[in-house]
Amino acid sequence: MAGTGEGKKEEADYKRLHSFPLIRHTDMPEEMRVETMELCVTACEKYATNNESAAKMIKESMDKKFGSSWHVVIGEGFGFEVTHEVKNLLYMFFGGSLAVCVWKCS
Amino acid sequence: EEWSQGKALVRPPDQMELTEAELKEDITRILTANNPHAPQNIVRYSVKERSYKPINVVDQMAVHCVLEGSLVHQDSEEARKLRFDLRYKCLFVGFPQVNPIVDGGDVEETGDEDRPDSAVSRINKKEPKVTNQFNFSNRASQTLNNPMRDRICQTEPPPRSSFSATANQWEIYDAYVQELQKQEKNKEKQKGMHSQKDNGKSKKVMLMETQSEDVTKWTMASKILERTISQNTFDDIAQDFKYFEDASDEFREQEGTLLPLWKFQYDKAKTLSVTALCWNNKYQDLFAVGLGSYNFSRQGCGMLLFYSLKNPAFPEYIYPTSSGVMCLDIHAQHSHLVAVGFYDGCVAVYSLKEEGQEPVYKSTAKTGKHTDPVWQVRWQSDDMDNNHNFYSVSSDGRVVSWTLVKNELVFTDIIRLTLSGAVSEGTEGAQGGVSSGTSFDFHKQIDYMFLVGTEEGKIHKCSKTYSSQFLETYGAHSMAVDTVKWNYFHPKVFVSCSSDWTVKIWDHTINTPMFVFDLQAAVGDVAWSPYSSTVFAAVTTDGTVHVFDLSVNKYEAICQQLVVDKKKTKLTHVEFNPIHPVIIVGDDRGYVTSFKLSPNLRKKPKAKKGHELPKGPEVEVAKMEKLLSLLREPDQNSG
Repeated sequence: MAGTGEGKKEEADYKRLHSFPLIRHTDMPEEMRVETMELCVTACEKYATNNESAAKMIKESMDKKFGSSWHVVIGEGFGFEVTHEVKNLLYMFFGGSLAVCVWKCS
Repeated sequence: EEWSQGKALVRPPDQMELTEAELKEDITRILTANNPHAPQNIVRYSVKERSYKPINVVDQMAVHCVLEGSLVHQDSEEARKLRFDLRYKCLFVGFPQVNPIVDGGDVEETGDEDRPDSAVSRINKKEPKVTNQFNFSNRASQTLNNPMRDRICQTEPPPRSSFSATANQWEIYDAYVQELQKQEKNKEKQKGMHSQKDNGKSKKVMLMETQSEDVTKWTMASKILERTISQNTFDDIAQDFKYFEDASDEFREQEGTLLPLWKFQYDKAKTLSVTALCWNNKYQDLFAVGLGSYNFSRQGCGMLLFYSLKNPAFPEYIYPTSSGVMCLDIHAQHSHLVAVGFYDGCVAVYSLKEEGQEPVYKSTAKTGKHTDPVWQVRWQSDDMDNNHNFYSVSSDGRVVSWTLVKNELVFTDIIRLTLSGAVSEGTEGAQGGVSSGTSFDFHKQIDYMFLVGTEEGKIHKCSKTYSSQFLETYGAHSMAVDTVKWNYFHPKVFVSCSSDWTVKIWDHTINTPMFVFDLQAAVGDVAWSPYSSTVFAAVTTDGTVHVFDLSVNKYEAICQQLVVDKKKTKLTHVEFNPIHPVIIVGDDRGYVTSFKLSPNLRKKPKAKKGHELPKGPEVEVAKMEKLLSLLREPDQNSG
């Protein structure tokens, strides 16, 4: 029992430690990157239980700010291959288990 | 009867009452065609006569009733049309529309034009409207229409690229772990950085490096370019160096020649004389030239130059020195280390790898420099602590060993040369004079044994380990011994030369020289050849190079060649190249000339089958030596 208790604690620990937003791959310019990252973090925190709404929020804000045809995928386990406009891709991790991929392609 | 009875006239009530007479009166009535209502005196204005004129003939017609008829003559145009349309319309349209028109009366064609129009127009809606020429006229015009042109454009779509990845729980976890590790490392580094204070310095160094990097890129390229240009300029010399073999040597039995190759000179070294020459073992086209002055009264600065055979126009390395360079030696293994001895008694070590013009190590008065000019330096093998060390001999009578320990030169006196031979301080009373050493050489195989030549003309055989005594002394010359050199092959033979015009060959076990050669002029330097144990060269102050081959001719030089233009130039040093058949000769004008040895000078002794080459000459020398010792006369058999 102690083992599992410890295990849970560790899990919680690492989730806590690993919950900062970590950019895995991006080719966005600095400003855009920061803004997008913050937007993603806000959205994910707001709609922590509903990935679809979070994605919707991100996509609409990106469309307004940076031009049309953004695509957003949020999830915990997926693979993808996308074609994106150069300098308009952000792939990041957040919250220890969420992966967010945002790209523009009209 | 009734009709007869009816004759009784019935008078209406309002009848005029007339008398019977009046009744019987006959009134005549005339019927004419005249219209009683027509005017009888119409007057019309006549424009011609400009007055009113009565018209005689007055229209007498009175129209009482008009009825329009719709009958059409069957042969007329219209009738044909109607008939056609009738047939046509019977198919689609009902009768009522058609009938009333057909039953219509005669149509006047001259009078009313409107009616046929309206009739026709009602029937034929599809026929184009025929407008009358009087009230309607068509006018048409066409403006110029500019020709149409297609213009199309396609903007470049924004560049696209693909990206793919997998988002798994473990990937995420791994990424976070990595990131945390990185962050920790950064924190540690930062702590370390704060403690160092030379951030500013490192920045400066970086700047310098970037600046010099730009230049160094060009130096390599320019160096190569310079060499190719040199090669092109001195192309014939380069060809000679590589391929020329003096064909006439076949006809000259024993003699050989020296073919002059490149001449090396440096502007700033014109007033100096060549005091030392040394080939580099590793890069056999590189040699070092030490420049100074042998003139006691005229001592100025000196120079250390490095030339490459690939670029005879300009030295590769130039080191100006404050005092004249008297001797130099390049380390056998670490060919970037050069030991130099100066006229003022200092010794220094230069490293060719370093950028600056200063020596890496230099001895000072405190650190035991010589008090008189240093005549010879020699590198030794590394000592037990793996420190490099070299020996120097000087006119102050000391043979000193210098060790490169970290940043310093540590000196150790090996031996002191005194006139009487023994050494330690204060042993001999009256003859405690110091003898000046002018040259020395270490044995090739026996590391601790070395020879020292002195100004008095004696040669001492010494050992590194015995500092108090000489192993042997040879009364070699009557004047200062300029050079002693061990033979490369034979472990017992060495040569010495002196300003007393002689070159002598010795066996170190025997006190008297084996061969003595008189060269008619003071001999500046002698050197063994690296390829044969019986060949050596000597240079004299009259500008001649003498090359001897003992296996060919025991009495004379097989080549005696005047090599400098003006007889006033004295040759000071000579060195053989380790691999090429080339010798360099330095003179007192600061020139170094290179020569190629003709084949006769390079004869390798014929190897007997099964015999090793180097031992071949050794065997011969041994033979001659035995004969010498027996007879004390030169052997008549020549090898």
